[in-house]
Amino acid sequence: MSGALARQRRAPKARGHRRDPLWAAALLHRLSGLALAGFLPLHFLALALALKGELALDGFLKWTANPTVKLAEAALVFLLTLHVLGGIRILLVENLPAFGGQKQLAAAALVAASLAAIVFLLRAA
Amino acid sequence: MSVRLYILQRATAAVMAPLLLLHLAVIFYASSRGLSAADLLGRTRGSLTWGSIYTVLVLAAGTHAAIGIRVIASEWTPLRGAALESLTWACLLLLVVLGLTAVAAVVLA
Repeated sequence: MSGALARQRRAPKARGHRRDPLWAAALLHRLSGLALAGFLPLHFLALALALKGELALDGFLKWTANPTVKLAEAALVFLLTLHVLGGIRILLVENLPAFGGQKQLAAAALVAASLAAIVFLLRAA
Repeated sequence: MSVRLYILQRATAAVMAPLLLLHLAVIFYASSRGLSAADLLGRTRGSLTWGSIYTVLVLAAGTHAAIGIRVIASEWTPLRGAALESLTWACLLLLVVLGLTAVAAVVLA
């Protein structure tokens, strides 16, 4: 092993990029996607209750009126809105390189997702 | 991620973006009106439009999620090769089978 390579391996990992808001946006996009992928099978199983008849689905819908479930649904609305808007930003930056203001767009997605969750809670209450 | 998977990931994202904005609107509409199962199924049963929209959404979401999980697993876990391949296909199959069953339940049943 050359001396330069050994020094490089011993050097602490550069973590300066983690202070960049767009790194945080990328991490949030990844984590929100992971959470949504984990939720999807449960969502599909709940809808499939309709195969057992309206009563089975109705029982589930009544259960979702529980305030704790409403809070969890608001969190899902936040995650879905954030992931969709974050995804649109990624498609824009990759396909239209001249499209500027990426940090502002990422911040706007976060604000819009928070607002969507709050409005969902207020309307569902 | 291979170029093929990268393009598939972006293509499914582009297909899903407008459909998910529509889905969010549906979520807001249904939750604010407190629709019952009969109200919901009355709107979806036999509807070619809702059936088509949600079939496309399930296929795109299943593909998009499976590729996303594959990328995360390859970067954050030691999974490689056949194990990574199996995880991708298992995620795709699970989401597509459960998703299409859900669509059939609210549109055809």
